[in-house]
Amino acid sequence: MSIRGPRKGENYELSVDLNSEYRDKRKDAIKRVIASMTVGKDVSGLFPDVLKNMQTEDLEQKKLVYLYLMNYAKTQPELVILAVNTFVKDTEDPNPLVRALAIRTMGCLRAEKIIDYLCDPLQRCLKDDNPYVRKTAALCVAKLYDLKPELVIDNGFLEQLHEMVSDSNPMVVANTVAALTDIHNTAIAAQISPSSSDPAIFNITSTILNKLLIALNECSEWGRVAILNALSRYVAQDEKESEHISERVVPQFQHINGSVVLAAMKVVMIHIRGVRREELVKQLIRKMAPPLVTLLSSPPEVQWVALRNINLLLQKRSDLLSNEMRVFFCKYNDPLYVKIEKLDIMVRLASDNNVDALLSELKEYASEVDVDFVRKSIKAIGQTAVKIDAAAERCVNVLLELIDTRVSYVVQEAVVVMKDIFRKYPSTYEGVIPTLCANLEELDEPEAKASLIWIIGEYADKIDNADELLGIFVDTYIEESYQVQLQTLTAVVKLFLKKPDSSQGIVQRVLNTATKDCDSPDVRDRAYIYWRLLSTDPAAAKAVVLAHRPPISIPRTTVSPALLEELLGEISNLASVYHKPPETFIGQGRVSADSVQRKGSDTSDDRFSAQKALQTVVAGQQAENLLDFDDNMTVEGQPSGLAATQVLPSTPAAANLLSGTSTNPLDDLVSIFGGASVSNGMSGNAFGTNGLGGLSSPTTLAPSSGFNNLVASSPAPPQQQQQEDLLGLF
Amino acid sequence: MISAFFIFNQKGEVLISRLYRTDFKRSIADVFRIQVVSNSDVRSPIITLGSTSFFHVRVNNLYVVAVTKTNANAALVFEFCYRFISIAKAYFGKIDEESVKNNFVVIYELIDEINDFGYPQNSEIDTLKSYITTESVVSTAIAAEESSKITSQATGATSWRRGDVKYKKNEAFVDVVETVNLSMSAKGTILRAEVDGHIQMRAYLSGSPECKFGLNDKLVIDKNERGAGGDAVELDDCRFHQCVRLNEFDSSRTISFVPPDGEFELMRYRSTSNVKLPLRIISTVNEIGTTQVSYVITIKANFNNKLSATSVVLRIPTPLNTTNVDCKVASGKAKYVPAENVVVWKIPRIQGGQECTFNATADLTSTTVRQVWARPPIDVDFQVLMFTASGLIVRFLKVFEKSNYHSIKWVRYLTKASGSYQIRF
Repeated sequence: MSIRGPRKGENYELSVDLNSEYRDKRKDAIKRVIASMTVGKDVSGLFPDVLKNMQTEDLEQKKLVYLYLMNYAKTQPELVILAVNTFVKDTEDPNPLVRALAIRTMGCLRAEKIIDYLCDPLQRCLKDDNPYVRKTAALCVAKLYDLKPELVIDNGFLEQLHEMVSDSNPMVVANTVAALTDIHNTAIAAQISPSSSDPAIFNITSTILNKLLIALNECSEWGRVAILNALSRYVAQDEKESEHISERVVPQFQHINGSVVLAAMKVVMIHIRGVRREELVKQLIRKMAPPLVTLLSSPPEVQWVALRNINLLLQKRSDLLSNEMRVFFCKYNDPLYVKIEKLDIMVRLASDNNVDALLSELKEYASEVDVDFVRKSIKAIGQTAVKIDAAAERCVNVLLELIDTRVSYVVQEAVVVMKDIFRKYPSTYEGVIPTLCANLEELDEPEAKASLIWIIGEYADKIDNADELLGIFVDTYIEESYQVQLQTLTAVVKLFLKKPDSSQGIVQRVLNTATKDCDSPDVRDRAYIYWRLLSTDPAAAKAVVLAHRPPISIPRTTVSPALLEELLGEISNLASVYHKPPETFIGQGRVSADSVQRKGSDTSDDRFSAQKALQTVVAGQQAENLLDFDDNMTVEGQPSGLAATQVLPSTPAAANLLSGTSTNPLDDLVSIFGGASVSNGMSGNAFGTNGLGGLSSPTTLAPSSGFNNLVASSPAPPQQQQQEDLLGLF
Repeated sequence: MISAFFIFNQKGEVLISRLYRTDFKRSIADVFRIQVVSNSDVRSPIITLGSTSFFHVRVNNLYVVAVTKTNANAALVFEFCYRFISIAKAYFGKIDEESVKNNFVVIYELIDEINDFGYPQNSEIDTLKSYITTESVVSTAIAAEESSKITSQATGATSWRRGDVKYKKNEAFVDVVETVNLSMSAKGTILRAEVDGHIQMRAYLSGSPECKFGLNDKLVIDKNERGAGGDAVELDDCRFHQCVRLNEFDSSRTISFVPPDGEFELMRYRSTSNVKLPLRIISTVNEIGTTQVSYVITIKANFNNKLSATSVVLRIPTPLNTTNVDCKVASGKAKYVPAENVVVWKIPRIQGGQECTFNATADLTSTTVRQVWARPPIDVDFQVLMFTASGLIVRFLKVFEKSNYHSIKWVRYLTKASGSYQIRF
């Protein structure tokens, strides 16, 4: 009946053993088949032989055969039919474990032919006396829906599930809720426009709500997570209901399982929006702090998830953990990802009271071995200085001590950080400039060089040998990276405007080199603009180049307010770990512009939704560039630059959105420069964007098409960030 | 939702592979091997490629991996991985490549049972052990009846306990285990001192006993409920096994529960106030020129002299270019371990109030590039029996059961540190 392999080799031996007359030998052979299957050998040829062993009293053997069936049912659908009888018989077995096992496995056999035989047993099992069978059957409905939705709807399984929400057994309720949610999500993903009339949509009504709240206290830990997830989707009718839900969920903060704690936080963070009683809000927030800190004693991976979420929660409620900074101090043996997250949170929690402790910690970290961590620690010192005015001087002193170590990467990072301090506190710490300049030769990274050049340009009138120092960079102009070239250019122009007499020569030289020998259009265009400004109207040049710029500050949030609200509703999910909307990394990584727009129209704030949409599109593009291994591995080597440009025509909405958001000051600016450079016959887009990438934008972008870069850098959420970028432009 | 679950060995070979949903092929395992196992610079426990996210946990050279295509609950996925690890430990005594290979059949049964269609199911070890055993279960009429009991237990309100437990001698053992996390600065100020407490219980009690558990009289569980006096024991937070009625705890602060049979973790707590540090370390480490480092380290036992600290191990870091260390110790043994760049000083026992001193000089070779020594902290491991750093004590454990039997309760205390008691110098 089936095609037999050659009469030798491993598979042949297995086949002989599977047909052995001794039970032990047969069972052993099945185990070996499973072992081969695990390591990826093809044992599908043994299907009929394995199938013969299905009818057995031995539960373990049955499970093994089922495991094999689940794996190969898809490739051998016509043979699976042979197993159907046994399955159906098993669903009527007196032993509930066998009944549950049979229905569980049948749902996992992804063969069309067997599905039709599934409905009757499933009908029976949903009404089984035994709760264990019922809870398994509930999930089986979700499996069936995944495969053939019409069958579920036609057989009335959905109505049955809705009835089962009122089951007396809390575990059955939990699995029913999980199944309904799963079906709900599948239905939404499959539909173009979700309508609330679709039976698959799982609307949580207030009757369901009460049942869920009762089951919550009684079911298993995983069931609690499923129920809490459902609760987070419930839309409270009034304030009283919001309060009620929050109060009922709070005891779950004490659960030993971290995922229950985080799921409970999610529910509270969502329903707290409806609570107006200030006192209750305070009380709820206060109760959140200790469990969050306790999560830090979990295993490092759970800790990391907790830290990422704490980071989000702090952006919403900065007072949440105000007295707890010490618990975020890094342990020497924490994994790097935990340390870096802790650093970020420490800076968020920095205040006048704890800044001394923080600084001595950061200084300690700056002497550790991991280069990344050391750099981040130094960056954190800079952020602290920018954040807390009173501590700036202490921060500068710590930085000077670090520069004294003369460790190359420490010095370079410290120089970069000093630039930010100068931007926040202009003309305050000029005393340290000589120390910085003394380390000029040690700098070899573009960002550090550019930072130092910016400082020299900004204080050109106070540094006696500024022309000499800048001269060093002008001499090697062509070899420097674009970032350094742009900064040198601007710094020399600043020098010229401040000390016109002594620097005529150097400014000529740099403008000449930049316009004639430089292959970056950005550098060349900027040089042209400066040149024309200087030659036509020096006063205007002064007004533009030496204009007063607002001091920088640390943005309180790293994501836009609208996105923050969305992410708070995703607490403990992947989205909250990545701080990105889920569309950017699920659904094949392809975000259609339509769906983005639809999503955007839901939120009330147009400006933010537009920004968010852009961000989503960009991230989606990036995700697409990653290897797509759904079916085979051939796409692996796809060049990312190409992939990114290919996406553009398919997402015209990105362009529409971009031109539509005129509230975004950046776009105006870009269009100004676009216009300006067109008159020069240059590529306008490229000019505008790479300028942005110049000094301050920390993201390094691959030099692909200009338009692409534009999209990538524009959605930086907070207004403040854009102002910073503007500074870098000049 | 977990779409697939894998176990890899260190070489990236698949030991266990189970697909819960059909959005992947088995070849997804290769992607993980390429991206994580053979990549030396993995800096995150979650890796997302395209729309596929890999969650991994490393344990004894194994990778326990869960894969998903959805916006899954990350905390849940990791908790699930760790739950699997603890189940495997309970079943096989340990989890490593050998035990996974030898028991793969049971592992398949287990992961089939604790997860269905990507949703974690009942994973209470005690319950699982009742129906997933290493011996084969034969499905007979008697077994069917037995199974009914098991299944109703697995789904019941007390899913963690069988109803028909019987013991001749009813006993309950309570172990209070506190782990002290300390970081102390070079100047001797405490940067962070925290007690991570676990109350481990082994209950061998018949029937369905109703237990009530009482801690110190002066116990402050919520910092904002202060007012119990200065010497009160304050817990910043506590968490309970799922058998404890959280609602009752929330309203009246009583800890009442029907315990699972056998061993379980009743409670976990955290305390940061009034932490009594059992060992005090005073260190003077000087770099003499570029060729020598001198150490004088004193360890002092800061507790009642009837008690003693055992298995005390200090790991004292040395610079990377150390050639030889000359150690002088009055008690214990000290040895330079070049592979780890530390001197390991082992002291089998220190009586309360006692003091021990360590003197050493490390000789350094001259190096071409002068590197600054990062000075990692001194790490101290120890155990002190019958001592709690938080001051927590168990006042009572009351057991109520229908048959009103007499039960014996035992309480033990242990304070320890392993890898988390760090002193900078």
